[in-house]
Amino acid sequence: MSTAAAGHHEHDDHGPAKGWTRWLYTTNHKDIGTLYLLFALVMFFIGGGMALIIRAELFQPGLQLVDPLFFNSMTTMHALVMIFGVVMPAFVGLANWMIPMMIGGPDMALPRMNNWSFWIMPFAFLLLLSTLFMEGGGPAGGWTLYAPLSLQGPDSFAFVIFSIHFMGISSVMGSINIVATIFNMRAPGMSLMQMPLFVWTWLITAYLLIAVIPVLAGAVTMLLTDRFFGTSFFNAAGGGDPVMYQHIFWFFGHPEVYILILPAFGIISSIIPTFARKPLFGYASMVYATASIAFLSFIVWAHHMFTVGMPLAGEMFFMFATMMISVPTGVKVFNWVATMWRGSMTFETPMLFAIGFLVMFTIGGLSGLMLAITPADIQYHDTYFVVAHFHYVLVPGAIYSIMAATYYWLPKWTGNMYDEKWGKIHFWVSTVFLNVLFFPMHFVGLAGMPRRIPDYNLQFADWNAIATIGAFGFGFSQLIFVYVIFKCIKGGAKATDEVWDGAEGLEWTVPSPAPYHTFEKPPAQYS
Amino acid sequence: MPTLSRLSLVAILSLIGSAARADINMPVGVTPISKEVYGLHMLIFWICCAIGTVVFAVMFYSIFKHRKSKGAVAADFHESTVVEIIWTAVPLVILIAMAIPAAKTLIAMEDTSDAEVTIKVTGYQWKWHYEYLDSGINFFSNLDADHNAARQVDSGIDVSQFDNYLKEVDNPLVLPVGKKVRFLHTSADVIHSWWVPALAVKKDAIPGFINENWALIEEPGIYRGKCTELCGRDHGFMPVVVRALPEDEYNAWVAENAPVEEPVMTESTGAATATAVASADDDREWSMDELMAAGETVYNNQCASCHQVGGEGLAGAFPAITGSAIATGDHAAHIDIVYAGKPGSAMAAFASRLSNSDMAAVLTYQRNALGNSVGDTIQPSAIKALR
Amino acid sequence: MKSNPHLLLVGKLVTLSMAMFAFGYIVMPPLYNIICDITGLNGRTNSAAVSAPVGQEVADRTITVEFVSVINSSAAWSFKPQVQTMEVIPGKTYTTNYIAKNLSGAAAVGQAVPSVAPSSAAKYFNKIECFCFTRQEFEARAEKEMPLIFFVEPDLPRSIDTITLSYTYFNTGEEPENVSDS
Repeated sequence: MSTAAAGHHEHDDHGPAKGWTRWLYTTNHKDIGTLYLLFALVMFFIGGGMALIIRAELFQPGLQLVDPLFFNSMTTMHALVMIFGVVMPAFVGLANWMIPMMIGGPDMALPRMNNWSFWIMPFAFLLLLSTLFMEGGGPAGGWTLYAPLSLQGPDSFAFVIFSIHFMGISSVMGSINIVATIFNMRAPGMSLMQMPLFVWTWLITAYLLIAVIPVLAGAVTMLLTDRFFGTSFFNAAGGGDPVMYQHIFWFFGHPEVYILILPAFGIISSIIPTFARKPLFGYASMVYATASIAFLSFIVWAHHMFTVGMPLAGEMFFMFATMMISVPTGVKVFNWVATMWRGSMTFETPMLFAIGFLVMFTIGGLSGLMLAITPADIQYHDTYFVVAHFHYVLVPGAIYSIMAATYYWLPKWTGNMYDEKWGKIHFWVSTVFLNVLFFPMHFVGLAGMPRRIPDYNLQFADWNAIATIGAFGFGFSQLIFVYVIFKCIKGGAKATDEVWDGAEGLEWTVPSPAPYHTFEKPPAQYS
Repeated sequence: MPTLSRLSLVAILSLIGSAARADINMPVGVTPISKEVYGLHMLIFWICCAIGTVVFAVMFYSIFKHRKSKGAVAADFHESTVVEIIWTAVPLVILIAMAIPAAKTLIAMEDTSDAEVTIKVTGYQWKWHYEYLDSGINFFSNLDADHNAARQVDSGIDVSQFDNYLKEVDNPLVLPVGKKVRFLHTSADVIHSWWVPALAVKKDAIPGFINENWALIEEPGIYRGKCTELCGRDHGFMPVVVRALPEDEYNAWVAENAPVEEPVMTESTGAATATAVASADDDREWSMDELMAAGETVYNNQCASCHQVGGEGLAGAFPAITGSAIATGDHAAHIDIVYAGKPGSAMAAFASRLSNSDMAAVLTYQRNALGNSVGDTIQPSAIKALR
Repeated sequence: MKSNPHLLLVGKLVTLSMAMFAFGYIVMPPLYNIICDITGLNGRTNSAAVSAPVGQEVADRTITVEFVSVINSSAAWSFKPQVQTMEVIPGKTYTTNYIAKNLSGAAAVGQAVPSVAPSSAAKYFNKIECFCFTRQEFEARAEKEMPLIFFVEPDLPRSIDTITLSYTYFNTGEEPENVSDS
């Protein structure tokens, strides 16, 4: 460890390079973190724009705006952009910024690789988005790319596969870096069980990524060779099986779900104690719960496939295993509530988003429990009830945690306090519209509206119109977020080093804004 | 905070107040299984509501009482093994209690034995084909033609005039009440999923493989459903309609529609049952007008989903018919691509799906409409000669 | 420059990710097939011939075997079983035929894919001879009668009274080697 820290002392310059090449060549974890976060913000608006196209078409029955094929392409792209382009890069950005500062390390373990893993992303997404303008359009078989439908697509499919490969390489490189940082760069004397939970959840997430992203790469490579090189992994005529694709995909896909939420758990576990002015309840059980969720995520994948026809024993197993996941998840929710209990709470914007997370993620978790009941799932499967469920866990779950983290650490990043009034307005407007957007989806789903359809029966018209209003309201209220961020970057009341009076952790011991290089000398309090 | 709690309260109350309303809840359905599933759904729903109420009650109590502005001073506890064990164990017990009835229903759902009627349901892009294995009745079921016209982008047709918009077909599946019906699900192209909520039947149709399911309908009526697995451009436009008839009416329907000859799977432009591919009419010379009139119907039913109503296709995905070298060229090549399809693409082989006259009609239509004007006809006898 | 202190850990992690790729790409497909063969997942039956039972016990009941045919959209064929159903005593060997005709004016290669419902019956259903074991080449407009010889194992669970055997005929899109057009 000392060698790594010593290595950085050889640099003379302690500030960032001048000009735009600073961002191209940077190996500084803070710069790269910023790049990831800005990238995610841009993609958030691109993916959001696609969602608004979807919602606009669904505003009323009948096809008014887009061809059904383009509609399918929008649902596919919206998911790919939001998952791989927004939530994952935003979490990696936060990890880049915060993990070295939280563990008292000078930088990420592998700064050059860090630069690469970021700069692959824009190219991957350029490739993905460019397929929309190619002959035949973009991928339109759903983000799950189920064979054989995805194999019917246009030749631009090859670009989709390559872009997924690039995103995967970027994620795996980023994850390797994070694991190496956490294991090798901790302040002397800091044990694993002394790490903040954000670091813990990212450590586990990074292992999940390293384990499952290559499986996705394998699955899409098989699609590629089936489509272009005459193999028949998924073609029954050649001895293959389309259902095998779904098994391999969901073997990746279910851990992926937890990749999208575990870092959120870590963020919430940092924020709630700060604003309750009380230590996190049950730290050790939080760590064990996270680890058990990660483990269970590997043995529940087929609950996405209850309608493909499985042996009874298989259906039973996956039902029980899925229900089991709610136990450690419940422990986490209970621990957060217990942390709030008899605290001394204030409700600044990060806390509002954290509480919003807690309430609405719990709603999404409870509908997840309903989905685990196999016989009922057969009715829910592929309806808007599922759409409501995963948007409740991903938007007020993952996205809210990212927003909470942004407000929470923005003063540390910029040295300025963000505009509290507009932050609160952002929270309340978003939360109201978000529920107007997603809650009615439970109703139309239960009443029988399948997902991924561009047009529907009149019985679903009212709720869809309401959801669309919510979608536009939620979408445009994110402009407030951008406004608050840029206002904060440009100036504002100066932040103290500690920023929040209940804040604990090494990141609050460095000045605000955090200097370009922090912890070049490791902190001493753990040794 | 009050806004948030009120919002969830209103949501919960509206659910309680109208759990029976069909527009926001799962239908109870008309089969023993669907009723069990509905029971499970409501049970787990109320359990979730109870858990949610307890968690949110504690949380919001804390939010109101334990705030700094009310002078709350933070306590210092941060661990309790007893509490942790309790809130690990209690959910576990609730889950096991929930899993038992769910497992029972699941076992019942999988028991397809002793079925009295077997129907093979085959998914096509984008229609269903039903085959009654016992009587040989078989037919395709397409989205109703009026609905199909209305659902085109910017059709200018007010869709609110249709009572069951996008849930109406030309030929519904007719089933008996009070008999155990077994479904065999499969597909001829990509994966589809056959779903009728009132029967609690949803099973994927997978090309090359066969899946089973069953239903015992207890009340006569019309039950509507949809394809629920994304299957391409017109995934949203392949509804399922089941007409459940009392046993005697069902038997009469079967007797009336059972094919006299050897059953041949063919789609005619409107008739509810199988018609022979060949007919005595094939040998005569058809007039251009006759062929064009029949051809337009077949085209809109069979080809327009991909090649578009105006024949312009979708660039890169589906070739245009308008100005196409094949559709304006040599007869043999034009016939061949419709008759034998193009393996490896979405273009299906229609040899077994269209009668001689329908195929001749649609080929003639493609040559002389949609912006093409070759001026010749393709006669049913030319198709007949291929068989 | 000193050797990178992270090298060992990074090496392990890279190896792990490579191994997971290999698991997804190389191990999973055959593993999946093995699991399918064992459990009858997807209604898969044996894809290579088994030998006829010799001196095997015969069950004291009959079951119904239903024959179903599906024509994939890629195939311009007609394809149907000679008989719709058979009453079968588990343990005894039976023969039946499927009839396929290439409707198109070009030679083509077909592959029939078998599937059994319920899938729990698949491992008890054994094919001694089947046209599905190999690809079938068809001359233009040729008709073939293709035999199937099978037996059902006598220890088939009592709860199963009907077995459905479905064949889906695919056009493989390959060029026929032994037959020619017209």
